[in-house]
Amino acid sequence: MSMAEGASMASTAANSAAARALLQVDNVGKRFGGFVALENISLSVPAGERLGLIGPNGSGKSTLVNCICGTLRNEQGTVHFAGQKLDGLQAHQRTHLGLARSFQLPRPFVSLTLADNIRIPLLYTVARRRGSHHTAHEIEERCAKLLNEVGLGEKARRLPRDLTQVEMRKLELARAMAAEPKLLIADEAMAGLTHSEIEDILSLLVRLNEQGVTIILIEHIMSAVMSFSRRLVVLVSGRKIADGRPEEVMRDPEVERAYLGQ
Amino acid sequence: MIFSLDLLINAVVSGILIGGFYAAVTSGVSLSFGILDIVNIAHPAFIILGSYIAYIVNANLGIDPILTSIAVMPAFYVLGSGIYQVYYVSFEKRGQESLRGLAFFFGLLFITEVTLVLYFGVDYRYVEASYIGAAWHFAMLDIPFRILVPCLVSLLLIAALQIFLTRTFVGRAIMAVAQDQLALRLMAVDPIKIKRIAFGISIATASLAGAFLIIIQPVEPSVGREYIGRIFAICVLGGMGSLPGTVIAAMLIGIVESLTSTFYGPSWAPAVSFGFLLLTLAVRPAGLLGR
Amino acid sequence: MTVRTPVFLLVWLVISAAVFAGSLALGNDYIFFAGYVVLQYVVLGTAWNILGGYCGYVNFGSAAFFALGAYSSVAIYKLITENDFYRMPIPVLMLIGGLVSGVVGFGMGYLTLRLRGAFFAIATLALAVVLQTLVVNWDFVGGSRGAYIIRPEQIEPIGNYIRYLFLLMMVLAVAGITIARLIEHSRLGYGFASIRDDELAAEAAGVPTLRLKLIATTISGALMGMAGAPFPYYIGYLQPSSTFGLDYAVNSIAMPLIGGTTSWVGPLIGALLLGSLQQIATVTISSAVNLLIVGCLLVIFVIIAPNGIVGLVHTYLQRKPEDFVGRRRVEAEMPGRVP
Repeated sequence: MSMAEGASMASTAANSAAARALLQVDNVGKRFGGFVALENISLSVPAGERLGLIGPNGSGKSTLVNCICGTLRNEQGTVHFAGQKLDGLQAHQRTHLGLARSFQLPRPFVSLTLADNIRIPLLYTVARRRGSHHTAHEIEERCAKLLNEVGLGEKARRLPRDLTQVEMRKLELARAMAAEPKLLIADEAMAGLTHSEIEDILSLLVRLNEQGVTIILIEHIMSAVMSFSRRLVVLVSGRKIADGRPEEVMRDPEVERAYLGQ
Repeated sequence: MIFSLDLLINAVVSGILIGGFYAAVTSGVSLSFGILDIVNIAHPAFIILGSYIAYIVNANLGIDPILTSIAVMPAFYVLGSGIYQVYYVSFEKRGQESLRGLAFFFGLLFITEVTLVLYFGVDYRYVEASYIGAAWHFAMLDIPFRILVPCLVSLLLIAALQIFLTRTFVGRAIMAVAQDQLALRLMAVDPIKIKRIAFGISIATASLAGAFLIIIQPVEPSVGREYIGRIFAICVLGGMGSLPGTVIAAMLIGIVESLTSTFYGPSWAPAVSFGFLLLTLAVRPAGLLGR
Repeated sequence: MTVRTPVFLLVWLVISAAVFAGSLALGNDYIFFAGYVVLQYVVLGTAWNILGGYCGYVNFGSAAFFALGAYSSVAIYKLITENDFYRMPIPVLMLIGGLVSGVVGFGMGYLTLRLRGAFFAIATLALAVVLQTLVVNWDFVGGSRGAYIIRPEQIEPIGNYIRYLFLLMMVLAVAGITIARLIEHSRLGYGFASIRDDELAAEAAGVPTLRLKLIATTISGALMGMAGAPFPYYIGYLQPSSTFGLDYAVNSIAMPLIGGTTSWVGPLIGALLLGSLQQIATVTISSAVNLLIVGCLLVIFVIIAPNGIVGLVHTYLQRKPEDFVGRRRVEAEMPGRVP
């Protein structure tokens, strides 16, 4: 069976499971003026999945994330999350539904301490969602815990400008985690990390996944992607060219040609 | 309200001609705001400065204001470059341009206006030139030269700017710096220097615009304030940085203002452009020929 | 750690009572005339800062909201007082002025807050001119000729009417800084700060940015309207050109920026210092020069001392800001921009 047939079988299987998929992307397209950033992207992510999203720079990965999360509006296609159509929903509403993302280029709140950076999603997403009242103490504890999980616990009272680029990426991830999402999209959270730091973040993501969080990992670090993902999607020039098990995808000649080079 | 075809046609033509002038006035902001994303609300202050310089030279030496303003353009260019340098170091580099940068320009606007008031008082000033006062009569049309001449020179200015931006290396670099600073750096072009040049040119156009202004109407320091709304309305309506768009938008606003003034009275005129601005921002921020 | 709001309010009311008593003791009513203007600027500066300093959205049209409050009072005066001699109490006028300005603030915000901050700022300029043109052409409130308000000479038991106005403005000023401080320490304050720092990231973190910005614009506009409502009674003769004047815009921007934008302290310091300076300068030099000074100070401070006087004090004391005002925030420079 060729990769194309395999992919189409996989996507048929995925379509039948579409009703159960946590995230359902259907024929999403996005243009910037004359430039086609995304073309006919369809994707089905079941709950609990560990999805890796790879592709060369400029292939549209971050654009796809932006369209899913509402930072950008896709002109074509629809996105469903937990059975709900996301069209017309603002980014913050999608976050309330359980969709969180970290930004590829970290965007910290520069005038707030790290603890306060984490506090924002806690105050505005978690507290609003549950309905139950969180005391200031509980929120404080949660901030500290999250910062500790990414290894920034000691810097809780510092400002983002005192952080290294690597630490800012960890803060970015922690802030996304703070929203207690059902689906977390980690956009190149590991760039520049050492081997052991990568391991730390990976085990963190695995732990999250075991607790029930669906994860989409966008990365260039192939070892991390391969070890983490149960499924791999490849984007090239705004199109999806592969979707399946990591080992099979990597053997696909089209993927080799477009992404890895021969 | 007396409606007559004569009045209507003259109002429309007058609007078109004034529109040409408005386009020159706005061209500087099309450059600084439309392309460089610098909200220079002090631009009208520089225009008024240009008017007063033209006035002083005209009153004392009798030289034509347009000639004066062209001679003074290099000085305005240097002023513009200097201001951009301060703006860049103090605000752009620190990421503070949305609050403090705006306040900075607002402060400049204010200081310029108050200084002019202190120096020249609030009396209206005007210039004398051979063509002011004469008019061209053609069928029903009554076109005063004092409006026609600035309009024609304005269109020349815009044409020159457009050629500069599209055909020269520096001009294209300016267009590029708005889109991709990294790419520019990779071409060994310093984006900051390009922006400095662009902003300098932007202020230099204010010199000419000032001369046009004082030819068309008498000037006093607070006149600049009416132009803030006009300039930004035209810039936004014209699609932010598109010079042809600026010309079209300018003429459109010129016509509407002229009709309003003729049939409803001049006290409503300031509200026209500002109202247009609010409407455009609310409905179609990308402008008529939006990018 | 931080003082609780009722205590804060009480402390400031006590201070105000002391100031009022002290001013009475001076025996010269001029202090009330001058003090009223300074207190007015405390309110305007604090109101501006809620949208400008906390949220990062610049409002150039403070004069419009102020004037709306003033002209609401004029309209009511012409409608009721002139003919029926029923005098609407000023506190009620203030509430009405606040309501009108708040609604307009909300409306304008709804139109323009979806756009970038720069467009919002320009829109506020536009709004000021449009409103001024409307008022100039509205003969009921006097149009360009202006409107006369006859204020009562005395009011028991305070004495001269001007003392009553001074007292009211002082209460409003205390209310203003209390509201500002309340916002700062609340979830709303954190939300505002996140919008100021990075609106996109704030949205992604679940902050309903449009809603919060609308809240800020409404509160800011309402406070400005409340400050404007007693103004016709203070000045006696209201004219559009001066009521919509640029000096309100400059001052309400300059005072928080010079004082410091991150907390309620900044606008208070800025207004007290600059307001008093201007009152002295107007009498000794001229009012045009005094405006020039404000403009120059604004430009200088914005370039050299972006954190204002409060920031300068921090640096001088070399303490962390958390020790100073008991909060964990400071205006920070962003790391060098990625090209």
